[in-house]
Amino acid sequence: MAITLEELRQQFHEQLRQANAAEAFEDLRVRYLGKKGEITGLLRNMGALAPEKRKEYGAKVNALKEEAEMSIKKRIEEAHARELELKIAATERYDLTLPSTLSEGSYHPITLVQREVEQIFASMGFTIEDYDEIVDDYHCFEALNIPKHHPARDMQDTYYLSNGQLLKTHTSAAQNAIMRKYGAPLRAIFPGRCFRNESTDACHENTFFQMEGIMIDENISISNLIYFMKTMLSEVFQRDVKVRLRPGFFPFVEPGFELDISCAICGGKGCPSCKNSGWLELCPCGMIHPNVLKAGGIDTEKYTGFAFGLGLTRLAMMKYGIKDIRDLNSGNLRSLNQFVK
Amino acid sequence: MKVSMNWISDHVDLSGLDIDDLIHRFTLSTAEVEDVYHLGTEINGVVVAEIKTIEAHPNSQKLHLLELDLGDHTDRCVCGAPNVRVGMRVPFAPFGASVVGMTIGEATIAGVVSRGMCCSAAELGIADSSSGLLELPADAPLGKPVKELYAFEDTVFEVDNKSLTNRPDLWGHYGIAREFSAIAKRPLKPIALDDLAKYDALEPVPLGSIDPELCYRYSAIRADHIQKKVSPIDMQIRLYYCGMRAISLLADLTNYVMLELGQPTHAFDSRMVGTIGVQRFPEPFAFKTLDDVERKIDPETLMITSDGKPVAVAGVMGGLNSEIVADTDSVTLECATFSAVSVRKTSSRIGLRTDASMRYEKTLDPELCAIAAGRFLKLLLAIDPEAKVASRYTDCYQYHYPEIELHFDKKFVDRYTGIDISDAQINETLTRLGFGVTEQNSVFDVKVPSWRATKDVTIPADVIEEITRIYGYDNFRIETTMSALRPVQPLRVKADEKAVKDALVKTFGLHEVHTYLWCDAKKLKDLKIPLPENVYLLNGMNPDATVLRTAMMQTLLPVLKENRFYAPAFGVFEIGRTVKGQKEDGTANERRTLGVALLSHEKERTVFLAARDMIAAILFDLRRIHPTFERVQPINAWEHPANTAAIVLDGSTIGTISTVHPEVAAEIDKKASLVTLELDMDALAEIKEADLKYREASRFPGIDIDLSFVVDKDVTFADVVGPFYADRDETLVGISLVDIYEADVKSMTIRLSFVSPVKTLQKAEVQSYIDRVLKVLAEKNIRLRTV
Repeated sequence: MAITLEELRQQFHEQLRQANAAEAFEDLRVRYLGKKGEITGLLRNMGALAPEKRKEYGAKVNALKEEAEMSIKKRIEEAHARELELKIAATERYDLTLPSTLSEGSYHPITLVQREVEQIFASMGFTIEDYDEIVDDYHCFEALNIPKHHPARDMQDTYYLSNGQLLKTHTSAAQNAIMRKYGAPLRAIFPGRCFRNESTDACHENTFFQMEGIMIDENISISNLIYFMKTMLSEVFQRDVKVRLRPGFFPFVEPGFELDISCAICGGKGCPSCKNSGWLELCPCGMIHPNVLKAGGIDTEKYTGFAFGLGLTRLAMMKYGIKDIRDLNSGNLRSLNQFVK
Repeated sequence: MKVSMNWISDHVDLSGLDIDDLIHRFTLSTAEVEDVYHLGTEINGVVVAEIKTIEAHPNSQKLHLLELDLGDHTDRCVCGAPNVRVGMRVPFAPFGASVVGMTIGEATIAGVVSRGMCCSAAELGIADSSSGLLELPADAPLGKPVKELYAFEDTVFEVDNKSLTNRPDLWGHYGIAREFSAIAKRPLKPIALDDLAKYDALEPVPLGSIDPELCYRYSAIRADHIQKKVSPIDMQIRLYYCGMRAISLLADLTNYVMLELGQPTHAFDSRMVGTIGVQRFPEPFAFKTLDDVERKIDPETLMITSDGKPVAVAGVMGGLNSEIVADTDSVTLECATFSAVSVRKTSSRIGLRTDASMRYEKTLDPELCAIAAGRFLKLLLAIDPEAKVASRYTDCYQYHYPEIELHFDKKFVDRYTGIDISDAQINETLTRLGFGVTEQNSVFDVKVPSWRATKDVTIPADVIEEITRIYGYDNFRIETTMSALRPVQPLRVKADEKAVKDALVKTFGLHEVHTYLWCDAKKLKDLKIPLPENVYLLNGMNPDATVLRTAMMQTLLPVLKENRFYAPAFGVFEIGRTVKGQKEDGTANERRTLGVALLSHEKERTVFLAARDMIAAILFDLRRIHPTFERVQPINAWEHPANTAAIVLDGSTIGTISTVHPEVAAEIDKKASLVTLELDMDALAEIKEADLKYREASRFPGIDIDLSFVVDKDVTFADVVGPFYADRDETLVGISLVDIYEADVKSMTIRLSFVSPVKTLQKAEVQSYIDRVLKVLAEKNIRLRTV
């Protein structure tokens, strides 16, 4: 026998220790464990042994074979792990603090407030309508029980147009058309842009948004009006809003009311925001005047209804703490880009 | 308007009630109270004193040393008032007393110690400024605290005038007292009047012609031998607390009657008036009013005349030529009602709004004239018993408002209120407010009082307000409606608007802005964009902002420019209204329009095509239809002649997309790429969404065939694929662009996809189709690339 089992083992381990590349491991595997490999070859020598020793010898060779296989496998795994480690270590760490390249858009604050209010009313079965900005005298005044020479026309500084039409001064201008379009019973809101011919400052704009609502059915009462206003405003402000009604004069409602809500800033105790009254005047409302219903083709014997107006611009300013109304029409993205949703 | 609770208490006994609480209820039941003032509380310890001696001050020409008689003792003080006089009775604040803004201590005035102060009206808080001491009547009891003699203490509240526009009856204390009577459920006292009938035997005040159209009632009465010049202190206090200034007895009386009844009256010096007329003048002329300002009177303006000469602007202000003066001892009192519209228009024409005109324009009750005359005389004769009424009450009552009677039943009230207000409550409220009520079995016949019948209360719904406001809205039980549920279809325009905004903001990162409906001429000029010819504002305040926009870009491009340093690439958009001229009937052709303006530092071609893809994606999402883009000639100054395209959806042109004309682009940002887009949302709304029809996918594999062409630079993708569609093989399912390369020549690789529903296709089966089309293309000089 040229080489003993033990010598072969040592020789194998020595060579495995020196090997360090994937091909070298493969070479060793072929050299020792291949069909003509040195360890495999030992088994071929078995015939020369005494039969009683064959079993023991065979077991030893097999043990060596297994040991060699395991050793090679282990070295391969180790090498792979080291390689992976190096690869991972070499991988670039990305700069997560780099600014995003995706541009984020923004909504106009009026859009956000309008959608919120629209959703509340849609959930209560109101139709959401839309109306022209350019209207005529009939829709803006006559049909709303505001005859010629009525002082209410002076209160509204109207923009008149060269073609005899005018810019709507209030969303109520849509009432007649909507009554005619749907008839009774009817529940609808109609947000819209309104115009008043006045000079602008931090609190005044010639272009602003309102939202009008009407509900017409048999037996609609003042009690219903208060219920709807309280429910709607509690949803808008996300709190249980206390409301109070005071008499208010608007030609298109009778009785007419000014609706106040409890001041959120002081909780009704009185503060500068509510002029120490604990209440904020928020929206005019009332029972639709029979003349307005008649003009809209509604049978006043059968139906009554209420109407209310909500200043969307004012609501947006309250909600977001916008102090200067002119910011809204400024087109200045440095302020408007904040209104994301 | 300011309201004195002392004055109210003359007419309705409110004793034992909390005044501040009543005022709060007034806000809830009648009109908004803006402020409440507790006046006179600062005045303490001020007593009546008589000046006994006046000595010169050793160190001052202007100051005097006064010895004062306080009844049971005397006191001394230094006084600087110019009107001191021995025997004069004045309010005196001794050491420790307090007046407005100060407590009296010991002071050394020009070297002399003074422990007390004689007071002016201003120091007692009943005048803005005073030139001397307040003179008290000669019989004022010495040593008596002035607060026990005169009503310095009062609660005064201010009502928002705007909340009284529809209530002519609330422009005087008596009307307000009527409200308190209903709110507090206490009786309203009748007002004390002089009986005019007893003067019927006297000569009339000569009245000439009275304008039959604009003057509803003109009445006058004369009083002679008026000796008193100064109003009683209590009257002065009330006038001042209610925002007026004491002037002289006659002027104060007219103001007092107006503040009490809401009816303006005018006092002419009888020497200056002859036959009184009410008329308009055909020719304009100048007229000097009481305030010494010359006013231009035009033919519309109603004037009061004396012997044909103008003496007053009817319902607004008297003339300087007939004013009450120092030696006036005879007054001719005018009590009249004029057309509210006429007074309002006159007042705004001549730019003069007075306490009188403010009241007249609310449509006063003509019945008030005689009441005001009776009240004026009652007060005058009480203050100056020597005065004599010298004429009969001369009355030209030309227009009577119709009496209004309303009928309704309790069911009507219940239907409006939704709650149960009892017959008795309805009855009491209306009666206290002066309505004549007859009720039988819950059926009401209601007579509207004259002071509410000029315009305010005309229909049963108006009466509902009277009942409910006094009942108190705070006392309403509130509940939801009993209405049938109905499905609500969203409007297509609203749904489109929402989807477009969401896509532009969320998918494409654009910013929504709002701009005005009109063009800013200056900003457009800066951008070299001409102002459009369009409908314009007749009465806009800014002459540079009157013409309505015909396109969104007229207002969005200036916004793009103002934001040009905001980011290297950004876009703004707005869905607003544009006015594309007038329709055939002359009305404005108002269109809901989407405008998008993009600025980027990427290549213009990239930005333009991205914008095209953006709108195509949005439109396909909305209508399930692919838009096409057709190059058109620009019509607006900002549209580039090379790259302006119509956006066509389902055969209709609904918008325009364009790069920006170099002339305009240079004014916005020379270096940036700019793209604009306008979409007519109303036109879009008319296009219906295409149906989704399910087609089963073929079970057989299809084949793709790539073809590479070399073409001239101006050959478009559509030029290449068009003939394939024109002669379409039934198995062709689509053509896509694989690659495009432009250098000296343009090369384009397209992929034809074929699928058959019945078999697996072989290339040979479509080759003849391809060859046929290639031949057509070759005629247009579009050829396959030869390798």
